[in-house]
Amino acid sequence: MISPADFVLQGIVAFFATVSFAILFHVPQKQYFWSGLTGSLGWLCYLAVNQSSSSVVMASFAATLLLTALSRYFAVWRKTPITIFLICGIFPLVPGAGIYYTAYYFIMGDNTMAGIKGAETLKIAAAITLGIVIILSLPYRLFHLLSPKSSK
Amino acid sequence: MITENENSPLELAVLAGRILLSNGAEIFRVQETMERIAASYHMDSFHVYAISNGIFACGTENGIPHTAEIRHVPLAPVHLGRVAAVNQISREIAEGKHTIPEAFALLKEIEKLPFTSGRIQILATGMGSACFCYLFGGSPVDCVVSFFSGLLVCIFLLLAGKKKLSKIMTTILASALAAFCGLVLYHAGIGHNMDRIIIGSIIPLVPGVPLTNSIRDFFNGDYISGTIRLIDTLLIATCIALGVGFILKAASMMGIAVGVPL
Repeated sequence: MISPADFVLQGIVAFFATVSFAILFHVPQKQYFWSGLTGSLGWLCYLAVNQSSSSVVMASFAATLLLTALSRYFAVWRKTPITIFLICGIFPLVPGAGIYYTAYYFIMGDNTMAGIKGAETLKIAAAITLGIVIILSLPYRLFHLLSPKSSK
Repeated sequence: MITENENSPLELAVLAGRILLSNGAEIFRVQETMERIAASYHMDSFHVYAISNGIFACGTENGIPHTAEIRHVPLAPVHLGRVAAVNQISREIAEGKHTIPEAFALLKEIEKLPFTSGRIQILATGMGSACFCYLFGGSPVDCVVSFFSGLLVCIFLLLAGKKKLSKIMTTILASALAAFCGLVLYHAGIGHNMDRIIIGSIIPLVPGVPLTNSIRDFFNGDYISGTIRLIDTLLIATCIALGVGFILKAASMMGIAVGVPL
């Protein structure tokens, strides 16, 4: 179980993790905070769902839904391409650990575990895809109305 | 481009499209921006077809048909600042704020927007690796180790970029380096979880950008570009697995414990 203090700490670390990718991809400085926030909230959603359903795939799906919606919202509000928030924010969810464990078991000759981890990695990628596609299908007007500067 | 006509809206659109495409924008944005620019300057007709490593555009200016073809370097690093800046300019063009030569000058400036200095990139990679190591359950000591192996990986990536090493070799060698650092430092008694240290330091190599862009291209119906980027994603993931796997296998064959994950 994750304690509330741990939860907050995870959020903060995820924020800095996302910001470091924002730096690497040369995101404009005034967007650092918002891309960090996208990544951080996405990761917290991942943790919360993973905790209650103990399914990494469902957690990745739910987190992708949240962070893609946030990215679209920030994109409209801050008049910036959605890519800026989406690419950085998605990084905590991209299955880097999955790639590692698949390789590890494969090399160690444990083909059963390699298959399980490989399938899980692909499922996570599919969950991310589905999440992004669902939110991108929502009408533009929805995010435009929610935006605080919707007059323009 | 052989000739550059400072008054040609076609060439202006192609320049904007080229900057977007080579700095990590999705195909839909490239085509839409180019069409918007052409429409803003009242071109008689304009058609564009873009795939992930090329732009083909044709249009009619003052009754004379022109065509333009651009191939970009597919290995260009991502610079989202330039994408955002071109987006801003294209908004302003649509509002009628710039003449064509003005817009040309602005786009040329955007094309020269600098990359973050190597030192800051290296530090950012280290910070990213340390943070991800923590997120995946590493202890604070693991994070410190991951920070330093992340630094090394980034230094290697910068050097490999200068030497124009192929992307496949770069990824295999960089992930092997990350695994090697993790292995050596773990067995030197620094760090508690070797797997988390290695996962943290391979994170800068993970194909997040091609994955995201591939999904978005498929979503917009740009299947060719989506497929190219999907192959890119799978190739990078395989290369990471190969690099890490090679080091771990070599270590275990030499009788060095490589730890039990999870």
